[in-house]
Amino acid sequence: MSIIISDDFRESFFQECEDLLEAMNDGFRLMADDQHEIETVHAVFRAVHSIKGGAGAFGLDKLVDFAHHFETALDKLRSGKLDLDDDVLALFQRCGDHLADLVAAAREGAEMEEGIGSHLQAELDEAIGSTPQDEEIAPVEFQPMGLDMDLCLGPASPGRYKIDFAPEAELFRSGNEPALLFRALSRLGKLTVRIDTDALPKFTELDCTKPHLHWLLMLESAEPLDAITDTFEFVEGMCRLEITEDEALDVQNPDASTSLQDIIAQTDAPVDEPLRTAKQPQASSRNETNNRGSGATIRVDLERVDKLINLVGELVIKEAMLSQSISNIALPSENEVSVGLESLKQLAGEIQEGVMAIRAQPVKPMFQRMSRIVREAGIATGKRVRLVTQGEHTEVDKTVIERLVDPLTHMIRNAVDHGLEDTETRRSAGKPDEGTVILSAAHRSGRVMIDISDDGGGINRSKVRKIAEGKGLVSAEADLSPTEIDNLLFLPGFSSKEEVSALSGRGVGLDVARSEVQALGGRVSITSNPGEGTTFSISLPLTLAVLEGMVIEVADQTMVVPITAIQETLQPRTAEIHQIGQDGRVVVNRERLVPIVDLGEVFGFRPAPAVLDNHVLLLVETDNGRHCALIVDGIQDQRQVVIKSLESNYGHVNGVAAATILGDGRIALIIDPDGIIRDAAGQVGAELQFYSAGQCHA
Amino acid sequence: MLPAKSALNFNSTLRDNAMLDDVTGTRTVDREVVAFRVAGQDFCIDIMSVREIRGWTETTILPHAQRFVKGVINLRGSVVPVVDLSERLGLGMIEPGPRHVIIITVIGTQTVGLLAEVVSDILTVSDDSMQPVPDIASESARAYISGVVVAQEKMIRKIDLAKVLPANGKELA
Repeated sequence: MSIIISDDFRESFFQECEDLLEAMNDGFRLMADDQHEIETVHAVFRAVHSIKGGAGAFGLDKLVDFAHHFETALDKLRSGKLDLDDDVLALFQRCGDHLADLVAAAREGAEMEEGIGSHLQAELDEAIGSTPQDEEIAPVEFQPMGLDMDLCLGPASPGRYKIDFAPEAELFRSGNEPALLFRALSRLGKLTVRIDTDALPKFTELDCTKPHLHWLLMLESAEPLDAITDTFEFVEGMCRLEITEDEALDVQNPDASTSLQDIIAQTDAPVDEPLRTAKQPQASSRNETNNRGSGATIRVDLERVDKLINLVGELVIKEAMLSQSISNIALPSENEVSVGLESLKQLAGEIQEGVMAIRAQPVKPMFQRMSRIVREAGIATGKRVRLVTQGEHTEVDKTVIERLVDPLTHMIRNAVDHGLEDTETRRSAGKPDEGTVILSAAHRSGRVMIDISDDGGGINRSKVRKIAEGKGLVSAEADLSPTEIDNLLFLPGFSSKEEVSALSGRGVGLDVARSEVQALGGRVSITSNPGEGTTFSISLPLTLAVLEGMVIEVADQTMVVPITAIQETLQPRTAEIHQIGQDGRVVVNRERLVPIVDLGEVFGFRPAPAVLDNHVLLLVETDNGRHCALIVDGIQDQRQVVIKSLESNYGHVNGVAAATILGDGRIALIIDPDGIIRDAAGQVGAELQFYSAGQCHA
Repeated sequence: MLPAKSALNFNSTLRDNAMLDDVTGTRTVDREVVAFRVAGQDFCIDIMSVREIRGWTETTILPHAQRFVKGVINLRGSVVPVVDLSERLGLGMIEPGPRHVIIITVIGTQTVGLLAEVVSDILTVSDDSMQPVPDIASESARAYISGVVVAQEKMIRKIDLAKVLPANGKELA
């Protein structure tokens, strides 16, 4: 029993680690963007510290050891003893990556190589060591120095410091409080505070979001100047601060030299109003930016959510069945039953949406993983790359996110490796040395769009074409539009790097990434402008539990074709249909020859109809850019259907992706156009092969 | 003969008894079986593998399926294949109508419906009364029958469920 409990704790520790690592990476990103405040460093420090603490409780010594080193370095940064430059940040990011690896290894109980960790630790030590105030030496040297101070600046003759302090709006916005700073100062010695209200405008003209107050402080203290400056460390850059050492200066305003308590009491009255009002607007704006991340959350077993989703799917189906049977008994219109049923339908729909939303997660953690990929790819290719992420709060189904990691990783690497030019080329093109890869996510008309853009040279179309011709993927005579050439990149076996690089040219190319996206019901498109860069756009369904499909009829069977596969529907004229060979047929569509496949024949329901006058052709596109026209008997409807597995009780059926339940309670099969074409290839094989080779089209 | 619906109730009480025996730890030699009729012959299966019995509903035909797979039905949201036992046992294909029943059975993780003419009884049979399949039985029938039992002056064939069900994935792919 005790083992089970500790397993539970362990698991929740690792879940916490994920959150902490996310917070850490957030912090690094802010630092990289130069937007960080001291609070950012604190947040990173806290995250690493918490991981260390938790790891200690579970006896994960390696993790503790490394986290401790990392934490020490972060502490230096926090206390201003280490300057944050690009090198230090890059080192920290690599340490962060290693920390994540260690956490992952500890979670799986795997052993990590020692090499990387000790190497990074050495680098960290060096980074700390290279700064003037070295941790190891400081305590030793500090003692005599302190004595020294006492001798010359003893309590008998304290130094006087004149401090001119004028906070800016940013100071209040970040939650700092002058009174607390003064209190801290008062611990260093005798403090006199005078407030300057000259700049305070008339009440009617008061802009309450701007501070107007200005303090003049006089401090008699034995402490060195550094100690006083340190007090203002947290508000650096958020105020105007002048500290002058003035030993000769006598206390000029005897009436002002009241004790601190009085000062706070005094200043409170005039200061309080503008201060409070100044805080109000910033508090609300802060909430807006933070409320996505914070807020109470619960961790729920995924199985429970999935069960709920199944049940709600059932509810929706039952409701549709009920509606159908009620419409069959021909009640008068506007009767109570129909009205009630209508609101039931709405409720069921809302519940379904709500339950689906539980599975939805922001893409942020995945995007963060990508920033690591970019870093590593940048190091491997010797290019300087910056990743900009946009719309990272966009929510997508958990499974979609999980299954998107691989294709996205590939595309990101591709953008760094093939998309961005090397530094010299960039310079000669007048671009900054550092390349930019933008990863953005957004909801657009019920789908999720994920774009990967680089500001590189764009696709070198003549080179792409040459490679494709060299590999026999396209004939030299084929007349290809720029878009068609771009889409050659998605062909299996196409790898544009002439020699295979370890990074993104392992021969598995973009076609694999694309088919992975397509397996999720998504599509990938590509746009490229020479000299300006390339954008890969992934369009995905919001969830894998439902699918937008076209309900069709074939040989008296009702079936569903995923809408993502359908390009257009045709009502063919006899003149457009041509016979090839014994039983192969093609239809002319937009000057292309598309092979015709009868769904009924492929499934063995009937022989293919000889005349297509009463049939409809669905032009579908599959992986690898293959096209095919499916003969169907009629189109019933277009709707969202709940996806049900056929495999759990039966098995895989070629040409069938899954099943769904229609409004009448019957099961309809969801067609897998890919499988159909593979099946049909045996019959119309030669033509299909020719087509896919000769004219690749997205 | 029992109509399908009431057989279901019977079924659950008997199942409870069987469970009780398990709890008390007494080794039961008696087994409950569901007896049904296919193509004029009597068959039975262990009651523990029967989940429910329902009337015939129109199936959705599966492409490339073997002849004995009638298609799939919707069982409260699950997609369940239906096996025509008569065809499977080589006794000719059933043309199903509203009087036919589907016995929903569970083997391991797989749920499959068996198409039968009628569920006739729930019997308690002891292991002792179970006899091996006589040699005269036809080859195809013998492959799916694990034994016979004589009860109520009828010979009831016990079906080996695992062999009757369509193999998950492989056989049908």
